[in-house]
Amino acid sequence: MPRYYTEEHEWIDVDGDVATVGITDFAQGQLGDIVFVEVPDTGAELSQGGDAAVVESVKAASDVYAPVDGTVTEGNSALEEDPALVNSDPEGEGWFFRLTLSDKSQLDGLMDAAAYKAFCDAL
Amino acid sequence: MTETEQLDEDGAIAAATEVLPLDAWHRAKGGRMVEFAGYWMPIQYEGIMAEHLWVRENAGLFDVSHMGQLLLSHAGGDKAALHAAVETLLPIDLSTLQLGMQRYSLLLAEDGGVLDDLMVSRWPDYLYLVVNGATKWDDIAHLREHLPDDIVINHLDDQALLALQGPGAAAALGRHVTGEWPLSALVFMRFGAFQIGGVPATISRSGYTGEDGFEISIPADAAATVADLLCAEPEVKPIGLGARDSLRLEAGLPLYGHDLDPAIDPVEADLAFAISKRRREEGGFPGSARILGHLADGAPRKRVGLLVDGKMPVREGAKLFDGNTEIGVVTSGGFAPSVGAPIAMGYVPTGLSAPGTAVAAEVRGKRVACTVAAMPFVPHNYVRKTGA
Repeated sequence: MPRYYTEEHEWIDVDGDVATVGITDFAQGQLGDIVFVEVPDTGAELSQGGDAAVVESVKAASDVYAPVDGTVTEGNSALEEDPALVNSDPEGEGWFFRLTLSDKSQLDGLMDAAAYKAFCDAL
Repeated sequence: MTETEQLDEDGAIAAATEVLPLDAWHRAKGGRMVEFAGYWMPIQYEGIMAEHLWVRENAGLFDVSHMGQLLLSHAGGDKAALHAAVETLLPIDLSTLQLGMQRYSLLLAEDGGVLDDLMVSRWPDYLYLVVNGATKWDDIAHLREHLPDDIVINHLDDQALLALQGPGAAAALGRHVTGEWPLSALVFMRFGAFQIGGVPATISRSGYTGEDGFEISIPADAAATVADLLCAEPEVKPIGLGARDSLRLEAGLPLYGHDLDPAIDPVEADLAFAISKRRREEGGFPGSARILGHLADGAPRKRVGLLVDGKMPVREGAKLFDGNTEIGVVTSGGFAPSVGAPIAMGYVPTGLSAPGTAVAAEVRGKRVACTVAAMPFVPHNYVRKTGA
């Protein structure tokens, strides 16, 4: 299952027409202790680069953007009770939402793991 | 402190972010540095939550060297003239401020708005003021403009200021301090001259976390030595600005530029305790007509604490509602680690300021239920009696 990354530090796992989105380990480290996550409603139509979710640390609220166009099929309800999952397992149990892809060609513009690592190393 | 100027893109002179005496020390300790009040300062080391809880249980060392330390004196040594001059700008009664005492006060604009909140201490021949970092240059300009020419303002910009806060602070500091009297004789809002590891220090028992603690003024070139000495104690870890903010919010303490500004007067800010008794009777301080009127008749609005329902933080700038009527605004807010829930501070009409009053905050277009709460959110642990 290929995983892609954005310059806004989201990851997206693609499985056919369905994708899972979260924020990267680098992002959670920058944000610090996560105390609240607002995931999009099921059925929400997202467009690439647009607001998709909000993640709040002790200090501040940050927007999470949609890596690609798509329709939300599920938000991670576990984050309501345990937002710290984003800190402890950002690229696993701490996923934010799932969506069906509208335009798979948008994935071509995203980074793979090696490119994302190089991108973070340069920050 | 290093002050530099650089040309920005338009060729104008722009002040560069300055470096405080402990800059390298913070970086070596893993501090994540951010720009704050014109300085590079550590927002956190290991994490805001852990640092916050550590201070409530143990002790934390905060670098607050960005704050302004000012010595005011009279050129001819006339203390009565010094006190009279300062009382024209602050609603303080300096006749009751004994040697070795410190008091919270407010720098007031002509209309009674708060220009800054500050600490005033009485030294033998001086008044020592600690003012906010972001406002210190404006404060100095205001003082210089309004105080007579024979009042001398000395900005102690070669002094660092460290705050050691938490229930373990007294024990940790006590192992290193010698002075004219034992540290245990220093109670809340008192100060004295001491030495820490041979470094001359002025220490007050005060702070901005709600915990017992000390503020320690030392020469900038000795700051790293003293910081190392204190952080070698088992109770003490370095703590960043992030936890400083969450600690003071839980303690119900207003932060200038957020919960206080020139449009807000002390009664509205629920800081009437800073208007000394004699000054209430006599008036004669900036904005006294407005402020004394608000003291007598009530202010139209008041700073209150807010307990937030649920887990979504309500932050600065969130509008407050009573039903569909917009009634005020949140001036500070966030997750409170020791409360385990989001809390906030804001202004509401005085008629809606009683604890228990239900209001709503608007966050990203949604209404969040809040309840007006008495402050502090976490009890203060000040040491007011010797031997306590």
